Amino acid sequence: MLRINRTIYDRIVAHARRDHPDEACGVVAGPEGSDRPERFIEMANAERSPTFYRFDSKEQLKVWREMDDRDEEPVVIYHSHTATEAYPSRTDISYASEPNAHYVLVSTRDPETEEFRSYRIVDQEVTEEPVEVVEAEPAP
Amino acid sequence: MATEVRIPTILRNLTGDAKAVEGEGSSLGELITDLDKRHPGLQERLVEDGKLRRFINVYLNDEDVRFLGGMDAPVADGDTVTILPAVAGGMR
Repeated sequence: MLRINRTIYDRIVAHARRDHPDEACGVVAGPEGSDRPERFIEMANAERSPTFYRFDSKEQLKVWREMDDRDEEPVVIYHSHTATEAYPSRTDISYASEPNAHYVLVSTRDPETEEFRSYRIVDQEVTEEPVEVVEAEPAP
Repeated sequence: MATEVRIPTILRNLTGDAKAVEGEGSSLGELITDLDKRHPGLQERLVEDGKLRRFINVYLNDEDVRFLGGMDAPVADGDTVTILPAVAGGMR
Protein backbone atom coordinates (compact mmCIF):
# COMPACT_ATOMS: atom_id res chain seq x y z
CA MET A 1 0.00 0.00 0.00
CA LEU A 2 1.10 3.55 -0.68
CA ARG A 3 0.46 6.05 2.15
CA ILE A 4 0.95 9.58 0.96
CA ASN A 5 -0.03 12.87 2.46
CA ARG A 6 -2.57 15.12 0.83
CA THR A 7 -0.15 17.98 0.11
CA ILE A 8 2.21 15.78 -1.89
CA TYR A 9 -0.66 13.97 -3.63
CA ASP A 10 -2.08 17.33 -4.73
CA ARG A 11 1.31 18.53 -5.99
CA ILE A 12 1.72 15.42 -8.15
CA VAL A 13 -1.73 15.90 -9.68
CA ALA A 14 -1.13 19.64 -10.17
CA HIS A 15 2.17 18.94 -11.96
CA ALA A 16 0.49 16.44 -14.28
CA ARG A 17 -2.33 18.90 -15.08
CA ARG A 18 0.08 21.78 -15.66
CA ASP A 19 2.27 19.88 -18.14
CA HIS A 20 -0.67 18.37 -20.03
CA PRO A 21 -0.67 17.56 -22.99
CA ASP A 22 2.94 16.50 -22.32
CA GLU A 23 3.74 13.77 -19.82
CA ALA A 24 4.96 15.01 -16.42
CA CYS A 25 7.36 13.10 -14.16
CA GLY A 26 9.11 13.30 -10.83
CA VAL A 27 10.13 11.67 -7.58
CA VAL A 28 9.14 11.75 -3.95
CA ALA A 29 12.13 10.94 -1.77
CA GLY A 30 12.01 9.57 1.74
CA PRO A 31 14.39 8.20 4.36
CA GLU A 32 15.97 4.91 3.24
CA GLY A 33 13.87 1.93 4.25
CA SER A 34 11.09 4.09 5.74
CA ASP A 35 8.59 3.77 2.86
CA ARG A 36 7.54 7.38 3.65
CA PRO A 37 7.29 9.71 0.64
CA GLU A 38 8.25 13.08 2.12
CA ARG A 39 10.29 15.26 -0.23
CA PHE A 40 8.55 16.16 -3.49
CA ILE A 41 10.89 16.67 -6.45
CA GLU A 42 9.47 17.72 -9.78
CA MET A 43 11.66 16.55 -12.69
CA ALA A 44 11.92 17.89 -16.23
CA ASN A 45 10.65 15.55 -18.94
CA ALA A 46 13.65 15.60 -21.28
CA GLU A 47 11.42 14.27 -24.08
CA ARG A 48 8.73 16.98 -23.72
CA SER A 49 6.34 14.54 -25.31
CA PRO A 50 2.66 13.57 -24.94
CA THR A 51 3.59 9.88 -25.24
CA PHE A 52 6.99 9.45 -23.60
CA TYR A 53 8.97 10.68 -20.62
CA ARG A 54 12.58 10.44 -19.59
CA PHE A 55 14.35 12.08 -16.66
CA ASP A 56 17.03 14.46 -17.88
CA SER A 57 20.20 12.48 -17.17
CA LYS A 58 22.14 15.35 -15.58
CA GLU A 59 19.24 16.42 -13.40
CA GLN A 60 18.78 12.79 -12.35
CA LEU A 61 22.43 12.53 -11.28
CA LYS A 62 22.10 15.69 -9.18
CA VAL A 63 18.88 14.53 -7.51
CA TRP A 64 20.13 10.96 -6.90
CA ARG A 65 23.34 12.35 -5.32
CA GLU A 66 21.29 14.61 -3.07
CA MET A 67 19.24 11.62 -1.95
CA ASP A 68 22.42 9.65 -1.33
CA ASP A 69 23.86 12.46 0.81
CA ARG A 70 20.66 12.62 2.87
CA ASP A 71 20.31 8.81 3.21
CA GLU A 72 17.14 8.93 1.18
CA GLU A 73 15.79 6.81 -1.65
CA PRO A 74 13.12 7.32 -4.31
CA VAL A 75 9.98 6.16 -2.49
CA VAL A 76 7.63 7.29 -5.27
CA ILE A 77 8.43 7.64 -8.97
CA TYR A 78 5.51 9.27 -10.75
CA HIS A 79 4.55 10.15 -14.29
CA SER A 80 1.40 10.98 -16.19
CA HIS A 81 -0.40 9.48 -19.13
CA THR A 82 -2.24 12.13 -21.10
CA ALA A 83 -4.64 10.12 -23.25
CA THR A 84 -4.78 6.65 -21.73
CA GLU A 85 -5.57 5.08 -18.37
CA ALA A 86 -3.27 5.31 -15.37
CA TYR A 87 -1.81 1.84 -15.90
CA PRO A 88 1.87 1.03 -16.68
CA SER A 89 2.59 0.58 -20.38
CA ARG A 90 4.99 -2.01 -21.77
CA THR A 91 7.64 0.70 -21.96
CA ASP A 92 7.03 1.73 -18.34
CA ILE A 93 7.48 -1.88 -17.25
CA SER A 94 10.64 -2.46 -19.25
CA TYR A 95 12.28 0.62 -17.71
CA ALA A 96 11.14 0.06 -14.13
CA SER A 97 14.31 -0.48 -12.13
CA GLU A 98 13.72 0.64 -8.56
CA PRO A 99 12.37 -2.45 -6.82
CA ASN A 100 11.62 -0.48 -3.64
CA ALA A 101 9.70 2.31 -5.35
CA HIS A 102 5.98 2.86 -5.68
CA TYR A 103 5.32 3.66 -9.33
CA VAL A 104 2.53 6.24 -9.42
CA LEU A 105 0.57 6.86 -12.60
CA VAL A 106 -1.73 9.84 -13.05
CA SER A 107 -3.97 10.13 -16.07
CA THR A 108 -4.95 13.57 -17.31
CA ARG A 109 -7.17 12.29 -20.14
CA ASP A 110 -10.26 13.69 -18.41
CA PRO A 111 -10.01 17.25 -17.07
CA GLU A 112 -12.73 16.57 -14.46
CA THR A 113 -11.80 13.14 -13.14
CA GLU A 114 -8.71 12.38 -11.09
CA GLU A 115 -6.99 9.07 -11.82
CA PHE A 116 -4.14 8.41 -9.38
CA ARG A 117 -2.97 4.80 -9.06
CA SER A 118 0.09 3.11 -7.61
CA TYR A 119 2.02 -0.02 -8.57
CA ARG A 120 4.98 -2.13 -7.62
CA ILE A 121 6.99 -3.24 -10.63
CA VAL A 122 9.51 -5.97 -9.81
CA ASP A 123 11.15 -8.23 -12.41
CA GLN A 124 8.74 -6.92 -15.06
CA GLU A 125 5.75 -7.91 -12.96
CA VAL A 126 3.11 -5.29 -12.14
CA THR A 127 1.08 -5.35 -8.93
CA GLU A 128 -1.43 -2.60 -8.28
CA GLU A 129 -1.72 -1.48 -4.66
CA PRO A 130 -4.19 0.66 -2.72
CA VAL A 131 -3.42 4.33 -2.15
CA GLU A 132 -4.20 5.86 1.21
CA VAL A 133 -4.20 9.64 1.26
CA VAL A 134 -3.42 11.02 4.68
CA GLU A 135 -5.16 14.33 5.31
CA ALA A 136 -3.07 17.04 6.93
CA GLU A 137 -3.50 17.43 10.69
CA PRO A 138 -5.66 20.46 11.41
CA ALA A 139 -3.69 23.28 13.02
CA PRO A 140 -4.17 23.28 16.82
CA MET B 1 45.11 2.98 -11.07
CA ALA B 2 41.73 2.65 -9.41
CA THR B 3 38.44 4.24 -10.30
CA GLU B 4 35.54 4.34 -7.89
CA VAL B 5 32.29 3.06 -9.36
CA ARG B 6 28.98 3.82 -7.65
CA ILE B 7 26.46 1.01 -8.01
CA PRO B 8 22.65 1.48 -8.07
CA THR B 9 20.32 -0.58 -5.84
CA ILE B 10 19.20 -2.80 -8.70
CA LEU B 11 22.76 -4.05 -9.37
CA ARG B 12 23.95 -4.45 -5.79
CA ASN B 13 23.07 -8.15 -5.82
CA LEU B 14 26.17 -8.48 -8.02
CA THR B 15 28.47 -6.54 -5.70
CA GLY B 16 27.59 -8.18 -2.39
CA ASP B 17 25.37 -5.17 -1.55
CA ALA B 18 28.31 -2.75 -1.90
CA LYS B 19 27.22 0.77 -2.90
CA ALA B 20 30.63 1.49 -4.42
CA VAL B 21 33.35 -0.74 -5.86
CA GLU B 22 36.72 -0.16 -7.52
CA GLY B 23 37.99 -1.11 -10.92
CA GLU B 24 40.82 -0.41 -13.34
CA GLY B 25 41.05 0.55 -16.98
CA SER B 26 41.96 3.48 -19.17
CA SER B 27 38.60 3.63 -20.92
CA LEU B 28 35.05 2.97 -19.76
CA GLY B 29 35.00 -0.24 -21.81
CA GLU B 30 38.16 -1.54 -20.12
CA LEU B 31 36.87 -0.53 -16.72
CA ILE B 32 33.63 -2.47 -17.26
CA THR B 33 35.56 -5.55 -18.43
CA ASP B 34 37.68 -5.36 -15.27
CA LEU B 35 34.61 -4.88 -13.06
CA ASP B 36 33.03 -7.96 -14.62
CA LYS B 37 36.00 -10.07 -13.51
CA ARG B 38 35.51 -8.90 -9.94
CA HIS B 39 31.70 -8.96 -10.06
CA PRO B 40 30.63 -11.45 -12.72
CA GLY B 41 27.46 -10.53 -14.57
CA LEU B 42 27.91 -6.76 -14.30
CA GLN B 43 29.03 -6.34 -17.90
CA GLU B 44 25.97 -8.07 -19.28
CA ARG B 45 23.69 -5.77 -17.28
CA LEU B 46 25.44 -2.67 -18.64
CA VAL B 47 26.46 -3.50 -22.18
CA GLU B 48 24.74 -4.93 -25.23
CA ASP B 49 26.47 -5.42 -28.59
CA GLY B 50 29.45 -3.40 -27.39
CA LYS B 51 27.30 -0.39 -26.45
CA LEU B 52 25.80 0.83 -23.19
CA ARG B 53 22.25 -0.37 -22.74
CA ARG B 54 19.68 2.36 -23.22
CA PHE B 55 18.15 1.60 -19.81
CA ILE B 56 21.38 2.59 -18.10
CA ASN B 57 22.98 5.99 -17.49
CA VAL B 58 26.71 6.03 -16.80
CA TYR B 59 28.43 9.21 -15.64
CA LEU B 60 32.10 10.03 -15.55
CA ASN B 61 32.40 12.47 -12.67
CA ASP B 62 29.54 14.89 -13.52
CA GLU B 63 29.07 14.13 -17.20
CA ASP B 64 26.92 11.56 -18.99
CA VAL B 65 29.44 9.32 -20.82
CA ARG B 66 27.24 9.39 -23.93
CA PHE B 67 28.71 12.87 -24.46
CA LEU B 68 32.28 11.70 -23.77
CA GLY B 69 32.63 8.88 -26.28
CA GLY B 70 30.57 6.18 -24.58
CA MET B 71 32.58 2.98 -24.10
CA ASP B 72 35.69 4.77 -25.42
CA ALA B 73 35.46 7.56 -22.84
CA PRO B 74 38.89 7.92 -21.21
CA VAL B 75 38.97 7.12 -17.50
CA ALA B 76 41.77 8.31 -15.21
CA ASP B 77 42.96 7.47 -11.73
CA GLY B 78 40.79 9.19 -9.14
CA ASP B 79 37.76 9.56 -11.42
CA THR B 80 34.36 8.55 -10.13
CA VAL B 81 31.97 6.61 -12.31
CA THR B 82 28.30 6.56 -11.33
CA ILE B 83 25.81 4.07 -12.74
CA LEU B 84 22.09 4.86 -12.54
CA PRO B 85 19.10 3.17 -14.13
CA ALA B 86 17.46 5.56 -16.62
CA VAL B 87 13.99 6.60 -15.49
CA ALA B 88 11.74 6.63 -18.51
CA GLY B 89 8.56 5.24 -19.97
CA GLY B 90 5.44 6.38 -21.69
CA MET B 91 2.04 5.66 -23.00
CA ARG B 92 2.98 2.95 -25.49
